[in-house]
Formats: sequence, C-alpha cells, structure tokens
Amino acid sequence: MADETTDQGPVTTLATPIRLDFDFTPGVAQSKFLRGLERGEFHGQRCSVCGKVYVPSRGSCPTDGVPTTEDVLLGNAGTVTTYCVVNVPFAGQSIEIPYICAQILLDGANLSFMGLLQEIPTDQIRMGMRVEAVWVDESDLTPSLASVRYFRPNGEPDADYDTYKEYL
Amino acid sequence: MSAAARAVRPVSIASFAQSQNVRKDDERNEVEGLMPVIAEVFGNIGITKDDVDFICSGSTDYLIGGPFSFVMALDAVGVWPPRSESHVEMDGAWALYEAWVLLQEGEIDAALVYSFGRSSLGDLSEILTLQLDPYYEAPMWPDIVSLSALQARALIDSGKATEADFAAVASRSRRDALSNPKSQVANDIAPEVLLQDDYVVAPLRRHTLPPITDGAAAVVLAAGDKATAWSDRPVWITGFDHRIETHSLGARDLTTSPSTAKAAEVAGVAAGKVDVAEIHAPFAHQELILAEALGLDDSVAINPSGGALAANPLMSAGLIRIGEAAERIRSGAADRAVAHATSGPCLQQNLVCVLEGGA
Repeated sequence: MADETTDQGPVTTLATPIRLDFDFTPGVAQSKFLRGLERGEFHGQRCSVCGKVYVPSRGSCPTDGVPTTEDVLLGNAGTVTTYCVVNVPFAGQSIEIPYICAQILLDGANLSFMGLLQEIPTDQIRMGMRVEAVWVDESDLTPSLASVRYFRPNGEPDADYDTYKEYL
Repeated sequence: MSAAARAVRPVSIASFAQSQNVRKDDERNEVEGLMPVIAEVFGNIGITKDDVDFICSGSTDYLIGGPFSFVMALDAVGVWPPRSESHVEMDGAWALYEAWVLLQEGEIDAALVYSFGRSSLGDLSEILTLQLDPYYEAPMWPDIVSLSALQARALIDSGKATEADFAAVASRSRRDALSNPKSQVANDIAPEVLLQDDYVVAPLRRHTLPPITDGAAAVVLAAGDKATAWSDRPVWITGFDHRIETHSLGARDLTTSPSTAKAAEVAGVAAGKVDVAEIHAPFAHQELILAEALGLDDSVAINPSGGALAANPLMSAGLIRIGEAAERIRSGAADRAVAHATSGPCLQQNLVCVLEGGA
C-alpha cells in the first residue's frame, strides 16, 4: 500500500472551489455620487477644514479625518492631468486598442479620477488637454460610472500647467 | 526571561469608544461608521490625531468582500502628514497588543488602536469556514455554529457543564446588557424559559449563539507623561500575553483552553484579586471553559457589559472587552480587571490583558 501511493508521485494540485457573495454598502457620501451619475451629474463633497473638494467622496477628508458634509455639484468639463495609451490586449477587453486612459481633474475638484478618452488620435493626447464627459443616453443612465461613456476634447485651449501641477 | 522578571513599561488605556452595535448598518460605509468613533475616542480626552505617534487597526477584508479595506479605513483618521501605521488581520485586541509592544520600546508615548467589523455583508458561516485548514477541513464547509456545537457536546460529555449552565450564562449576559446602551441584544429571560428554545445545532439552542453584529471600536493607549496628563485615574496594563493552539481541531481537547491558561499565567492574572472579567466568549458554553482557564472564581463579575452574547461585531468584540474592562476601573467600580479576546474556531487563539487602576 505504501509503495503504491509513493509510486503515484506527490499530489501537486488540490481544487477547493470557493465563492462568497457580499452586499456592497456605498455609504451616504458615495450614494450621493452614484445617484448623481444616474442623473448625468458629477457630485463631490468639500472638506470644511482644508476646503478641498473630493469626487467621488467617501464621506471623509483623508487629510484631515473629518466628515465632508458640504455637497458640491461639479461641471461636466475637466483637465487631463496625466494619461497612458493602452496597447495591450487582454481577456474581456471591450474597447478597441489602442485607447487612452487618462486622469481627469474636473473643474472645481481637488481629486482626479480615471476616465476613458475618445474622439482623438492617440498621438495627439497631452497633459493639460481640456475635456468633457459624454454620457450614455438618458434612458441608459444608472448609478454607476458606466453612465459616463467616455471623455472627449471640448475644444478649449490647454490648461495652464500651474492649474493642475498639484494633481499629478 | 520570565514574565515577572521582564521590565514592563506602564501603558494606560487612556480612552475608549465604540459605535452602537446593530444587526446591519446598511446606510454608512466603513469610513463613515468609524469617523464618529475615532472622533469620540480623541474627544474623550481632548486630543487630536496629531497627539498620537502610531496607528494600528484590526479588521479583515473577508468580512467586507473588498481588498485593502483597512487602507481605505485610514480616511477616517486623516493620515497627513504621513503617519506610522500598521494593521493586523485579527481582532482589534491584537492590534492593541502590537501598539503596546511598540510602546514598550519607549520611542513613542501614544497610539490609536481601532477595529471595524461589518459582519452583515456576507454569509458569516461561509466566511468563517475559510479560517480553517484549507485542505482537509474548509472543503467540507463546516460552519462555525456546528464546530462550536462539537465543542459544547464535548463539554457536556466531560461532565463539566450542562445545557442549563449554558442557558444561565446567556440569561445573565443579556440581562446585564440591559444596562449597556451600546448592546444589540438585551433582555431579561429566565434560564428555564430559554431552555425551551429550539436547537440550532444540538446541543446549541438559539440563546447560546452570538448575534450577528456590525460595529466598530477604538482605544487610545498612552505612556509616560501623556498617560497621567490624559487621565485622573489611569488604567494601567499590568500584564499582557497571547497564545495560540494547533490548527487541527482533532488534536485539541476542546473542553479546555490551555492557550488561555498559559496567557493568563504569563499576564499574572492570579497575582491579585480580580474584580471584573470581560471575556470574549461568542458562544455561551465558551465562557465556562474560559472562566476555568483564567482561574476565576464566583466572586468575579463576569461580562457586566453583556459580552459577545449581547453584541459580537467580528474583529471588534475582543477590543471592546478591553475597553469595557478599562471603563469599569475608570469609573471606580473595579480596581483590577481581566480582559480576554479570542480568535479562530473553538477558542483556538486567546489573548489576556490585566488592567489595574492607578492613583
């Protein structure tokens, strides 16, 4: 018996399938942000101590550790602070490569977030470019960032480096 | 070096705060739940985040189902300028231990410890199964209630306790919880009535189980001048230890808790009279095992807060035991207290903290 098991060699793989399901609780602040997206609007929150506006807000100022209680409706336009051009194919990719992934600082916000940039050749993207959000059709709006189809250049002159240098 | 011979720097539980313990907080995220607790634990003693030199938290991503939730939770504190910080994938009681060890080195004088447990977001019985041996135990998905029932059965068969004893623990705990405004389950039901409950997993009836709880807690530790400046009656940690037993349930005598007994010995529980003990016993029968291991007699007030049977926010319930014990001393109700925290299936890992009131 001992010889038999030895002859079969060491066991190298053991499959133990695991699946866990969770409820997601976005919280008060993130719910406001997500409900805003459902209406085609960007909503942020301002810190009462440092005055910075976070979008999306998690309900606190990560610098000061105080609740962000003042709601701020932000505009639809922003500035590209930095970007990369994605050329790598991967499983489940839904966007044709190459495409541009950009950090976008909405006007009036003090926190940039990631967005897809379209309607511009990849070799023409640059830091400081002024862009605007293109939303899905009103009937397709949901409380999710999928409500933003992508960002595109809005034709304004590039922003001054000094206006976004703190957000790189 | 023996514990008695080791020089221990006095460290005090300078402040304690906990959230309301509830079945499900589905309005606030982790940061929003923690912020008022952090604000209260600082506010109690009139300090700010700038007065602590170190931050340590206890939590687990398995409860929330999201990666690095402990990093995001730091938004509740505000870590600017950059802070010295650490995290344990354990109950906050072990985070407190880590902070205490750092305070022993003498380079810092104050630390913030906090923990948060969202027990309601997933299926707890499935989640807790994943703390078991991943090859031979977890694939069978034994749930935590069933494993605790194995322990309770062994305890009954050993002749050390009866179902009536379990009911007495549950009855007393939830009656005491009536005077704890933060508790989740508080009522006054006689043991005889409780024994009419149905079995959930025999021999465990419904009343022997802990509630599923969302909650958070925080403690400020202080040493040196800060300890005396921040409190008229510092609550000193005079003994502290934690021990673990083997992973294999079959290799353990589930009716005893040698890891608790060893930790109690090293922490010096028996070196003086114990007025109050806050024991982290999620299941009623576990209090009996732990009280024996801690060497507590009938004169000790056990779990005046109601214990984990009144509120069991995972990852926080152990830290809350330390906080509750400290509050008994701070209020003058006790001079010497023992706090205990547990982790793992069937009391696998145990922590013992001895607290004493100072002048």
